[in-house]
Amino acid sequence: MKMTKLIYPLMLAFVFALVATGCAHKPGQLTRLRGPTPLAPPEPPPGNTLPGGDNGIPAASQESFEGMIADRAALAANAIHFSYDSAAVKKSEHANLEAVAQALSADRNLKLLIEGNCDERGTEEYNRSLGERRAGAAREALAKMGIDPMRIKTKSFGKDKPVGPGHDEASRAQNRRDDFVLLHPQAGMGGS
Amino acid sequence: MKKNISKSIKFFLLTLIAAAITDLAKSQEQNPLNMNEHIRALGMTPPVPVSLEGFSGEVVEVLKFDLYVQGFSFVAPADAQYQISGNNSGNVTGSVSDKFAKKIILSRSYTGGSLRTEAHAFANEIVQAITGKPGISQLRGSTAKIAFKAQASGSGNGEIYVSDFDGHNAQAVTTDNSIVAAPSWVPGRLALCYNSYSFHDDPDIFYHDLTTGQRKLIARYGGSNISPSVSPDGAKFAFISSIGGRPNIYVANIDGTGLRQLTTGVEDSSPCWSPDGQWICFATKISERRCLAKVSASGGEVQRISTAGVLNPTEPDWSPDGKWIAFTSQMGDFNICVVPADGSATPIVLIAGEDPSWAPNSRTLIFAKRAGSYRYTLSVLDVFTKQVKDVGRISGSDSEPAWAK
Repeated sequence: MKMTKLIYPLMLAFVFALVATGCAHKPGQLTRLRGPTPLAPPEPPPGNTLPGGDNGIPAASQESFEGMIADRAALAANAIHFSYDSAAVKKSEHANLEAVAQALSADRNLKLLIEGNCDERGTEEYNRSLGERRAGAAREALAKMGIDPMRIKTKSFGKDKPVGPGHDEASRAQNRRDDFVLLHPQAGMGGS
Repeated sequence: MKKNISKSIKFFLLTLIAAAITDLAKSQEQNPLNMNEHIRALGMTPPVPVSLEGFSGEVVEVLKFDLYVQGFSFVAPADAQYQISGNNSGNVTGSVSDKFAKKIILSRSYTGGSLRTEAHAFANEIVQAITGKPGISQLRGSTAKIAFKAQASGSGNGEIYVSDFDGHNAQAVTTDNSIVAAPSWVPGRLALCYNSYSFHDDPDIFYHDLTTGQRKLIARYGGSNISPSVSPDGAKFAFISSIGGRPNIYVANIDGTGLRQLTTGVEDSSPCWSPDGQWICFATKISERRCLAKVSASGGEVQRISTAGVLNPTEPDWSPDGKWIAFTSQMGDFNICVVPADGSATPIVLIAGEDPSWAPNSRTLIFAKRAGSYRYTLSVLDVFTKQVKDVGRISGSDSEPAWAK
């Protein structure tokens, strides 16, 4: 045992001495990376089926909103705000939700986009999920008010689109919000 | 004669010491200590002292960066365990001598690259020669790469970038001018999956081959499709989708087919894979408590991973050797933590930062550090010595780094 302890490093040193010759080595050349080729209109991936989600209301397909015209101004005043790290719709926000529901009830051709946003506290991908939960909470609340949830699409901006860039609570409170964007059908695509 | 005898006694003693050290290293390798002892090495391991002579300019800069983030420190030649010397007149030439063994253990000359790439190649061989384990400076013969999200100041829009792991040679690989996020390498290939809002402003997931430039939409479902993570064999990806109504973990084949829902948690986020491809680890909430959890990649029961002692764990990344999970804790501030993947010991809080990504050596991490309001920069950390180096900034905010594997 003592002998192997001694021999092992000696052999190792010997092998290294043999290996350590001054031969030339070529480090790999830098490959120029390619940017994306122009994006062709993508086809939806195959297997695009709704799994039976046992929580929440399954999403409507992206295709059912394509070509609609976004009107950001119509419901800009009705944005709803959330408590820190929460996706629960507060009672104080119900009047805004009712205004949104009314706008949608007035014309059945209109649809809605809800954008969920977060403040700077929270890690990036945690916040991206949190923003989606905030958008989804408003969608579920509107469904309870009788709006067909298939007319509503959601997306999360995480903390990538702050309206108030400051560290103070006033800025943060502004960033914990859902924006509502009214979607009009394209001209000539039906509508009243 | 007397001198010769004392010399050979000295040599004999030094050889014995070397033998003892080798033996210790071997016993640590062969008989893994229990995880409690093991995790105490995190942040507490003394660096290996080396000296650096004869190099100049960016070659010194590269060698110091690369060795520092793999657990080496720089001392005077007399105090060094390993003496590294050479020159960079035209090309990089250098050798490493082991003071204990009194042997040159590495001698190399490099040609055909820039001084930087040659210095990275030398650093890679120095680490291999001293530790017996592969260095992290090179991957498959080229300087090791990272991918990250780069965002201009004051705008949510940005591009996915790829650079050397020290931030040099940065190139935008997208021209989306939209929100982009969460690049994840396809292991063994120059290819990425990432989240981009470039198509109709929706959060979709793309597969992008960086050799051909071709990219493909692989997840565009209703709601948000975010946080992709490619499986170790490159055949599948896990991600967060709200197709079922709430953001949950889904897995699909890398071409987008075969979608399958894995979880129905109330606060699921940021999935990653175990290196054997069996598990997906993610952040969630169970019984009103934020935690890390894992679920079989083929579906099944969600199991909590203990992170007792820290709060709000997110952004897990499983080490390539399977032993550790690095993640971000939030307790007022954000910190990089490491916990044994089997949950057998409490997490170690290492350093302020977010979104860690392991290098192939399972000891070096790249992570994002807050640099002001809604802004990040990147740093590289050796979890054993806690030595850290900042990566040069590319744009207003650089974050969500991923180390190529």
